[in-house]
Amino acid sequence: MMLEVKNLTTEFKQKKGTVRAVNNVSFSVAPGEILAIVGESGSGKSVTSLSIMGLTPGKVSGEILFHGEDLRKKSVKEMQDIRGDKISMIFQEPMTSLNPVHRIKDQLCETIIRHMDLSKEDALKRAIEMLTLVGIPSPEKRINDYPHQMSGGMRQRVMIAMALSCHPELLIADEPTTALDVTIQAQIMELIYQLREKLNMGVILITHDLGVVAESADRVIVMYCGRVLEEASVVDLFANPKHPYTKGLLASIPRIDDQQERLYMIRGMVPNLADMPAGCSFSDRCDFCMDKCRQKMPKLKEVDGRAVRCFLYHDEEEETE
Amino acid sequence: MAEVLVEVKNLSKHFAAETDFLGRPTSVLKAVDNLSLTIYKQEALGLVGESGCGKTTVGKLITNLYQPTNGTILFEGKDLTKLSAKERRSYARDIQLIFQDPYASLNPRMTVGDIIAEPIKINKLLPANKVEERVNYLLNCVGLANHHRNRYPHEFSGGQRQRVGIARALAVEPKLIVCDEPVSALDVSIQAQVLNLLDDLKDEFGLTYLFIAHGLNVVKHISDRVGVMYLGQLVELADKEELYQNPMHPYTKALLSAIPNIDPTVKKQRIILSGDVPSPIDPPDYCHFCGRCYQKKDNCDALASPQLKEVKPGHFVACHLYE
Amino acid sequence: MSEQNGQEQVLEKPESQLKEIWYSLCRNKGALIALGIIVFLIFVAIFRDFLMPYDPNYSDMGKAFQRPNSEHWFGTDQLGRDIFSRIIYGTRISLSVGLIAVTFALTVGTVLGSIAGYFGGKVDTVIMRCMDMMLAVPSILLAITFMAALGKGIDKAIIAIGLVSIPEYARIVRGSILSIKESDYVQAAKVIGNNDMTIIFKHILPNVLSSLIVRATLGISTAVLDTAALGFLGLGVQPPIAEWGDMLGRARGFIFSAPYTLIFPGMAISLTVLAFNMLGDGLRDALDPKSRNK
Repeated sequence: MMLEVKNLTTEFKQKKGTVRAVNNVSFSVAPGEILAIVGESGSGKSVTSLSIMGLTPGKVSGEILFHGEDLRKKSVKEMQDIRGDKISMIFQEPMTSLNPVHRIKDQLCETIIRHMDLSKEDALKRAIEMLTLVGIPSPEKRINDYPHQMSGGMRQRVMIAMALSCHPELLIADEPTTALDVTIQAQIMELIYQLREKLNMGVILITHDLGVVAESADRVIVMYCGRVLEEASVVDLFANPKHPYTKGLLASIPRIDDQQERLYMIRGMVPNLADMPAGCSFSDRCDFCMDKCRQKMPKLKEVDGRAVRCFLYHDEEEETE
Repeated sequence: MAEVLVEVKNLSKHFAAETDFLGRPTSVLKAVDNLSLTIYKQEALGLVGESGCGKTTVGKLITNLYQPTNGTILFEGKDLTKLSAKERRSYARDIQLIFQDPYASLNPRMTVGDIIAEPIKINKLLPANKVEERVNYLLNCVGLANHHRNRYPHEFSGGQRQRVGIARALAVEPKLIVCDEPVSALDVSIQAQVLNLLDDLKDEFGLTYLFIAHGLNVVKHISDRVGVMYLGQLVELADKEELYQNPMHPYTKALLSAIPNIDPTVKKQRIILSGDVPSPIDPPDYCHFCGRCYQKKDNCDALASPQLKEVKPGHFVACHLYE
Repeated sequence: MSEQNGQEQVLEKPESQLKEIWYSLCRNKGALIALGIIVFLIFVAIFRDFLMPYDPNYSDMGKAFQRPNSEHWFGTDQLGRDIFSRIIYGTRISLSVGLIAVTFALTVGTVLGSIAGYFGGKVDTVIMRCMDMMLAVPSILLAITFMAALGKGIDKAIIAIGLVSIPEYARIVRGSILSIKESDYVQAAKVIGNNDMTIIFKHILPNVLSSLIVRATLGISTAVLDTAALGFLGLGVQPPIAEWGDMLGRARGFIFSAPYTLIFPGMAISLTVLAFNMLGDGLRDALDPKSRNK
């Protein structure tokens, strides 16, 4: 395993007390694997990725093992070397992730020189190579552009080029296509898919779009209110979702291939992290809720080679600390 | 089909992209370019397209937020573009708009009750003592409770705010509601709630929708007919089943194939379009899709822009391949 | 159809908005203290004739430059006048100068800025160019020009000071309106059939308030000081009438030998400005439903 996250918990101090944005999350990523983390807003999926990168202002506990070394024990300087070099990240918003006052060239070369110890000429060559790799036409010319001269899809490509310029072993993609159009989304996902094969890198794909997950991921983690509710291979998850939340999510998407008269609805709203129901966090919205669900939080337990956090499948509850 | 509610003929909206020092336009952004379509009573007409294709502009033209550069919008036979400002306001009542961003579309300084009551009061639809009752009724219609009336928008979640927006649109008993990406800012589980709500309301109040969105699956779910826009033009229009099963325009085909399939065991044959959506500033005279088209004929860029043509009953396409 | 109906029983809160604003203001200690100070100042301004221990204009050269003592609490100035009495006397003038000039500038500036920002185009160009021209000239010079046209006197000074501060408010309002006018909720207001005036006053201006209130409270201090400057040039308050800014200006020369002639009027101005500023901050929060309910 390249990355192993064990019992990751991230807390934020708020006026009304501490809020657990990520609660006891464990997963691992192998080289060449795409792991998707799926969840709605407030599920903690983005905080998870920021915690791995050491970029969250919250209090992080647990272990984040990268090739067996705990990233949390690294110094600030060491983490800076790892970020962008071994682990890269692309963000949702390609419009604001690039600095508008610098040319693409300068931003790309800066990253390359910082991590790869190349001369200016070599760095420029590598930058052009990277732009070609991500499919930007006439990269020698476009490299002199300013971000505002490029379209959203182009900018996201530049972001990917920047993230990949130092051959990272792990790429964290936080909603990489949410701000893009469907046809551009198809291009970008295709690109990420190809590159992970070519470079054998692990990818953590964070998204709310189950379609994107079904198309590209190998394994899926479903998060809800900071906890993992279900983990399975992509085929198992979509063919046979176990957790009522996963089932509900899948049923509530309008399908392109057949006509539903009425969409399935998950009742109510995602609860506020500061004001969670007792017991299972999904209990208030669950169609299968039992008395027990309102009192105890079920454990994330392996059932048939996949993990699910629900009393419908086992009786074990999570120990409270 | 049923009666015609709105008939849009040769509608264009041009913005000045750049102006010289006297304020005369030097280049023109053609947001909507010579577009014609018909909306029938009590149908839901979907309008899909990528960002910058002009679908939102069409919505704003029909709701009278923009004045068209050219063309006519007939609403129940009356030309909206030729009305005086006062007449237009009285007609405005019949056409309402639901916005994309539930956070930006509600005035943060008004309570939800005031927001919903405002259109009733402005249009003097009810005596003052009946307004509250009506607001409660509307809140219940969209799945909110009476006590939500005294709250402010920031106390609500995105989905609830969108419900408030829908209640405001319903308040004036409109005939047509233009839904501009009403669910794209919402979470998946909330999207389903709002889509079902829109479906229910349509039957309950006999509404007509112009449903604008970029999510093809969402549009398919709610619409009866679907139109596809590309760079300010309508390139294809057909009944939903027909369009999704038998797309004709190369762009529609590519768009449909780009939707990620929810079933991981099916690997779809993808048409990946090269390049980006070009800018609508000074578009070419020939087919706008020419630059990205994978079925382009040699003379496509020599011919004039193709016109929308009925290829099959009820199936319109604007492409030289079908001429 | 509704999943929230279960909460129907939750008690309603039928409080009026004014009450809510008042409660929120009361929760803000700073704003309450400020309100107290302002009420006190107004009280002093109204009942000044009963509060002054001495005639503010009675000059006794023999008693010039007395340090603060039991007889003259704030000391006496270069002409032997009681500073305490003069400050009390000046309260009415300074307070009304500040309030009237700012209110005037605020009203005219808001109207002009709204029209320019909302309607745009040529109207905008004409109004804002005029504003720019006014801003290009130093404000005191412009005020002098207006005074030359209007004539001498404190009332004229107030108008002149109000006039020269119009462009600032117009600019703030126009800027905010430009961004708010494009927002969805303003578009929504148009769709449901509002006319332009309702949209400006009901939907746009309340959302401009916060920046405006802060600027206006600061404007009061500028107005008081500008009146002093005009008085100094012999255009505003005519000596020997006591006015805070004027007292400050004339005491300038004695800053080292008799600092108390300077300190007390200075403190009076600072206290007033501070009070208005704190009240402004409190009002801004109280008027904004987002921060009100916290």
